[in-house]
Amino acid sequence: MRRLLPVAVAALALFSAGPFLWSVLTSLKPAGELFRVPPTWIPRSPSLDNYRDVFEQRPFARYLLNSLLVAAVSTLITLAAAAPAAYALARLRLRGAALAEKAILAFALFPPAVLLVPLFVAAREAGALNSRLGVALVHAALNLPFAVWSLASFFRAFPAELEDAARVDGFSRAGVLLRVVLPVSAPALAATAILVFIFSWNEFVISLTFLTRDELRTVPVGVAMLSGVTVYEIPWGQISAAVVITTLPVVAAVLAFQRGIVRGLSAGAVKG
Amino acid sequence: MLAVPLAVGLAAGVGGVGDVLRDRGMGRAAWNTLVFAGLSVTLEMGLGLAFALLLNREFRGRGLARAMAILPWALPTAVMAMSWRWIFSDSWGIANDLPRTLGLMNEPVAWLGRPATAMAALIAADVWKTTPFVTLILLAGLQGVPRDLHEAMSLDGAGPVRRFLWVTLPLLRPAIALALVFRLIQALGIFDLVWVLTGGGPADATRTVSLEAYDSVFRHLEPARGAAITLVSGAFIFAVALALGALARGRHAE
Repeated sequence: MRRLLPVAVAALALFSAGPFLWSVLTSLKPAGELFRVPPTWIPRSPSLDNYRDVFEQRPFARYLLNSLLVAAVSTLITLAAAAPAAYALARLRLRGAALAEKAILAFALFPPAVLLVPLFVAAREAGALNSRLGVALVHAALNLPFAVWSLASFFRAFPAELEDAARVDGFSRAGVLLRVVLPVSAPALAATAILVFIFSWNEFVISLTFLTRDELRTVPVGVAMLSGVTVYEIPWGQISAAVVITTLPVVAAVLAFQRGIVRGLSAGAVKG
Repeated sequence: MLAVPLAVGLAAGVGGVGDVLRDRGMGRAAWNTLVFAGLSVTLEMGLGLAFALLLNREFRGRGLARAMAILPWALPTAVMAMSWRWIFSDSWGIANDLPRTLGLMNEPVAWLGRPATAMAALIAADVWKTTPFVTLILLAGLQGVPRDLHEAMSLDGAGPVRRFLWVTLPLLRPAIALALVFRLIQALGIFDLVWVLTGGGPADATRTVSLEAYDSVFRHLEPARGAAITLVSGAFIFAVALALGALARGRHAE
């Protein structure tokens, strides 16, 4: 058992990183090597041409900018709305709070594709199509339940004595939240923000349907739609380069903030 | 925040619910979705439990191993689906080259070109992508299993298998139920992966309910049918979640 442990861990790491690593290797192969049969595993003549081409021949920089904008704005909206709601659930003894939390939990992981049709119809009526702000708002709405749930479990773990002391000193509830709880909760807010940002950065179906003009597209949609004139001309080298560029920030965030992300995700999860 | 647009959009579908329930294409999509969800979630629960037990042990570099384990879940599904398309490419894919190198296969397989293998490819990509979620939830659950209980049983001569069955598994049940409910809801609503990897093909073999709703609105320009499908599948998913939740609670209360 003990001797098998390193092997099992290595297998787990390979399983997890495999497809990403394969994209990295593919992205470094020049056109001639890409379509060799059988495929080479390690690029024989590695080159960065695919990375240059995806920026020069495609509006990839534009997609990146759009994704950054949408994810940043939606993260800000989500946190601004989630923090007071989570605090109210955690601290105020409201009637029906337990039920409200269960309902929020139920919505937290409802797949957006199922809600797509009504959301799209409503957005069209409201004239919110082809608007990056519109997509950011929908992302915020979709991520809000998760953020409330995650922050509420952090706030519960916060010592109430500190807040009571602040109340005695004459702070209002909102004042306590703003001046005492939020500054101390910075790590929790950061963990939630990272996750919500990643969710928005990765989101596909809303962006695909709401943003139909190419110059507004986000990265996942742009990458999924990179294609040549025929199926046989799909630019796999450029696609692989785009995959690596898009996923690299997420890989870096996960490796750097592993502890916070795990805590943010599993907070309260086991209570359920 | 979402309730109002949802109500507005869904009202259009109320009249079409009956038609959708009798519709051939919808029946096919529902069957595909159930097959996909059943197989992928079963595999994910098994693999996720194995990963969680592994990552709960003490070893050097455990933090890094945990980070690696959650990685697939954090990556964008639609983008990684493009990677999987390349992996499953019939001429240049590593899904053909690797078995050939190991001597398991002589002829290349057109993974995404045949109904059964396309579904298998879809399930494989989904297992890769979402097992980390199960691992995470179960790992959090394992941290609530007291160590001294294991030690006490160990002194009584119980081996690792019996300790797992008698201590770990019962205490892990709430976490397992939670992971199962969430995974099932997500799998029943699968869209991104199908849209990019197979487009529902070949011959509609991987066409799922969400894709059917999407195509109703965006390809066939029948938003009322799309709304009706949403009503039916939303109600079904909600019922599954409630039933599983009740089951988990009922067992728990015993």
